[in-house]
Amino acid sequence: MTNQGIGQPVRRKEDFRFITGQGHYTDDINRPGQLYAYFLRSPHAFAKIKSISTDAARKMPGVVAIYTGKDVAADKVGGLICGWTVKDKKGEPHKAPRHDIIAIDHVRHVGDQVAVVIGRSLGEARDAAEAIEVDYDVLTPVVDVVNALKPGAPEVHADAPGNLCYDWDFGDKAATEAAFAKAAHVTKIDLVNNRLSPNPMEPRSAIGEYEPGTDNTTVYTTSQNPHVIRLILCAFVFGLPEHKVRVIAPDVGGGFGSKIFNYAEETVCVWAARKLKKPVKWTSDRTEAFLTDAHGRDHVTHAELAMDKDGKFLGFRVDTKANMGAYLSTFASAVPTYLYALLLAGQYTTPAIYAEVKAVFTNTTPVDAYRGAGRPEATYVVERIVEAAARELKMDPAELRRRNFVPDNAFPYQTPVACVYDSGQYAKALDEALKMADYNGFKQRKAEAAKKGKLRGIGLCAYIEACGIAPSAVVGSLGAGVGLWESAQIRFNATGSVFVHTGSHSHGQGHETTFAQIVSDRLGVPLESVEVVHGDTALVPMGMGTYGSRSLAVGGSAIMRAADKIIDKGKKIAAHLMEASVDDVAYDKGVFSVKGTDKQVPMAQIAFTAYVPHNYPADLEPGLEASAFYDPANFTFPAGVHVAEVEIDSATGVTRVANWVAVDDFGKVINPMIVEGQVHGGIAQGIGQALLEGVVYDPKSGQLLTASFNDYCMPRADDLPSYKVGMIETPCPHNPLGVKGCGEAGAIAAPAALMNAITDALGTEKINMPATPQNVWNVIQSQNLAAAAE
Amino acid sequence: MYAFNYHRPKSLADAAKLLGDASDGKFIAGGQTLLPTLKNRLASPSDLVDLTGIAELSGISVSGGIVSIGAITKHGAVATSADIRKAIPALANLAGLIGDPAVRNMGTMGGSVANNDPAADYPSAVLGLNATMHTTKRKIAADSFFTGLFETALEESEIITRIEFPVPKRAGYEKFRNPASRYAMVGVFVAETADGVRVAVTGAGPCVFRHKEMEAALSKSFSPDALKGIRTDPARMNNDIHGSGEYRAHLVGVVAKRAVQNALG
Ligand SMILES: Cc1cc2nc3c(=O)[nH]c(=O)nc-3n(C[C@H](O)[C@H](O)[C@H](O)COP(=O)(O)OP(=O)(O)OC[C@H]3O[C@@H](n4cnc5c(N)ncnc54)[C@H](O)[C@@H]3O)c2cc1C
Repeated sequence: MTNQGIGQPVRRKEDFRFITGQGHYTDDINRPGQLYAYFLRSPHAFAKIKSISTDAARKMPGVVAIYTGKDVAADKVGGLICGWTVKDKKGEPHKAPRHDIIAIDHVRHVGDQVAVVIGRSLGEARDAAEAIEVDYDVLTPVVDVVNALKPGAPEVHADAPGNLCYDWDFGDKAATEAAFAKAAHVTKIDLVNNRLSPNPMEPRSAIGEYEPGTDNTTVYTTSQNPHVIRLILCAFVFGLPEHKVRVIAPDVGGGFGSKIFNYAEETVCVWAARKLKKPVKWTSDRTEAFLTDAHGRDHVTHAELAMDKDGKFLGFRVDTKANMGAYLSTFASAVPTYLYALLLAGQYTTPAIYAEVKAVFTNTTPVDAYRGAGRPEATYVVERIVEAAARELKMDPAELRRRNFVPDNAFPYQTPVACVYDSGQYAKALDEALKMADYNGFKQRKAEAAKKGKLRGIGLCAYIEACGIAPSAVVGSLGAGVGLWESAQIRFNATGSVFVHTGSHSHGQGHETTFAQIVSDRLGVPLESVEVVHGDTALVPMGMGTYGSRSLAVGGSAIMRAADKIIDKGKKIAAHLMEASVDDVAYDKGVFSVKGTDKQVPMAQIAFTAYVPHNYPADLEPGLEASAFYDPANFTFPAGVHVAEVEIDSATGVTRVANWVAVDDFGKVINPMIVEGQVHGGIAQGIGQALLEGVVYDPKSGQLLTASFNDYCMPRADDLPSYKVGMIETPCPHNPLGVKGCGEAGAIAAPAALMNAITDALGTEKINMPATPQNVWNVIQSQNLAAAAE
Repeated sequence: MYAFNYHRPKSLADAAKLLGDASDGKFIAGGQTLLPTLKNRLASPSDLVDLTGIAELSGISVSGGIVSIGAITKHGAVATSADIRKAIPALANLAGLIGDPAVRNMGTMGGSVANNDPAADYPSAVLGLNATMHTTKRKIAADSFFTGLFETALEESEIITRIEFPVPKRAGYEKFRNPASRYAMVGVFVAETADGVRVAVTGAGPCVFRHKEMEAALSKSFSPDALKGIRTDPARMNNDIHGSGEYRAHLVGVVAKRAVQNALG
């Protein structure tokens, strides 16, 4: 059993069904009598709907119903909500214009829902949608934050003047200004954090189903947090009682944040199913995914870093404009504020920090959390400017960082932007990473590359993130509409096997293995006897879901608590069986014993006795199960250092990632193989952002130019290097497992590391992501580097 | 996709008749271009006439200095054919650079050449090697086959049956991939043939074209250095989010040098 417990690289239990094509996803589910929804979507970025004629379409074969926004409004269905209210500089709540599940008078981005056809087959529904006539009054759209904020820009919503969702700030403005006043050196940088499309392998899908006999509604949906979807649908959209709605998120093929949110499509399926008393199914195609899955990032930032003559950071100020898209998605408002500005201290002791963020509406797909959510954007700003500062000061970037790190003996460390870092060893991670990357040998490698006409560069990123969201009281005080605890239930069967019900949701993270390892380790049950159950509100009593690298730190901690309750009860049963006092019973790895004797009882016997209580304590309930909730005391703060090395072909502008080192501190590691996999995947996404990916809208028409994989460039295996991954374990001091979270780190660290390497190679900071061959070549031309390299 | 009638004839005569009888019929071979178009509802043919069941459209043979390839030969078969690899290694290499294994196991040479996508690879080999398209009606020389963006000399019901490539003295292909689609952003096929040096450029412009200046320079000296200083007009290049006209024009020079290098081995 020892080779299956905590710390062991156990192979993922779930992989057999995934690799053999036996996963069971929402689109694999078909319900008796099921109908199909097809959405007619806006071809325009911005238009007034003058009229919609469905007469011809209704007569088409297979059409059961056609609904427009007016039908939805007639049923008094609420709009989609934003679950986090950000208050602006003046204390006013953000602007959250109505977000109808089907547009009523205006469409505000290409792909906005205009009507839905419910048909007996998808093909028939689609044919009918083409027969719907919509008369639009096409308006001039605005797609980027800079133009949207200009006076006289088209206004996306009448109730959001100047396209401003909020103008927010955080930190100590006066102290920061004072710091700049006494600075010996100020480094300035302008950055664009490119907009990304999440592209999970499985597109979104949903089935709404209604049983008139019981008045029960069931929703099958591709969600990272089925309980949250239930709460939103019941409490905000439909006004239904939660106990009459069941949300099932079966196998989900990746989410990266995009499946946290409540979308129009699943909401329409539920509404239509209740109206028609028939199951209604919708599955996104890839184009719809590009048009409607919430995008990520899209910031334009100016930042300034004040230093003394020795490069000690004195003050940091940041001005960011964040694109919200056409509507506020479920958690959109929190991403460029509380998940962003609170991380601007990085790993450093910068004493004064001030951030201003304007959130802006545009005629584009809504933007929300995407792997890292705010923290990659913060890391990108901090780590690009630190590297730029080192270059200006002609100082080794590693040394500048070291000089400013929060020292090991300073934890818990209060930053000037609210966070209390719980633990870390920042210099150790840096030293380890530099060694693994042969940092000292770089000059020679650069010289050798130059002989071949190649420009070689090296870049660092010392990132920090806040995971394990979150202490409910803290996020509540910041405007969150929910608590961010997690729940778990452990239930033994009489024959010794165990169900673990978790409110976390696995959509690629490997919970079925990691969580089982925890239970196996703690309760002494073989791994194969542990079944992790998740993703169904009828089976899992409560939950808040999976995002923000929270599942292990919060969900795993709830499981540990439940396990402790099992052990406590087991001790009482064991004491009875061994005729000892409960106080004399010891427990270790599945075995109860009487201290100082050789008497012992294994967990399996305790479980059997609990359900066959023939010889049992008189005052004890039968059964062996326990529920627990866990609300974290603090965020966790994973941190680490990544080193990227690139070689650029100066003739073509092609960047090859020549070397990659990641040294991460995730606290205690439960399954090093799964953790390394998460690091690999995260870096792949980060490299994707830095080199390849980027959503592009036509600035005039607002058309999405990257609406397929022909134009939106996803990383492929041969774009990526082999990673050298190292680990440092500084346990988290405030959760029972000592864990911090690892799901987003790679995506957070990689863009800055890679861009620092590219800007090192090119000798200029003036290049934006993605550093495509064309962009790099343009810089090479402007710098005349090709000639220099030849 | 819209509904259509599907036919899989065994002979060219039947194929031609089926197409003639259809109100708006189309041939389909590997479907790797046509099927995505249909799925996106960008085309609505009444009938699809599948060419892949016609035996005389298949087969690879090499004799008398000619490599003859049946129109329904898959890209994968060209890439792995020992005969082609021996006779014109650059052609086999090119085929191996098309798409991914799934595409190479479905897509056909005839389909690619008939489709004449400006970013497709084969047109550069056809033009660079001075190949001849054999059709159900005639023979068409490469120089008069590719007539414009997705346009060829083929008539409505004309089927490419085979393509004949004269074996060159040496040839080389270099492909600079569009990072997203991995079609050619710029692909250059150079060949030293019996009738002189030919340089065919794909991906860069709206239609594959011969680079006459490069041909002249390479005729004097078949070496990468011979191409130094030769410019390509950016105004004649494609311009999209992946590459401006200037960038593509620049790449033509770089990629051509590498193609020559490949030809020299
Ligand atoms: C993911 C993906 C990646 C790709 N990458 C590349 C790439 O890197 N480089 C590249 O060059 N191509 C690429 N392709 C295109 C691929 O090579 C296609 O196979 C090819 O362009 C068309 O061949 P087909 O046999 O599939 O033709 P189809 O799609 O069946 O037909 C295409 C057209 O040709 C006509 N046609 C077919 N055969 C004949 C014939 N014998 N005579 C007359 N007309 C005919 C059809 O009527 C139709 O109009 C890619 C395709 C995909 C899906």
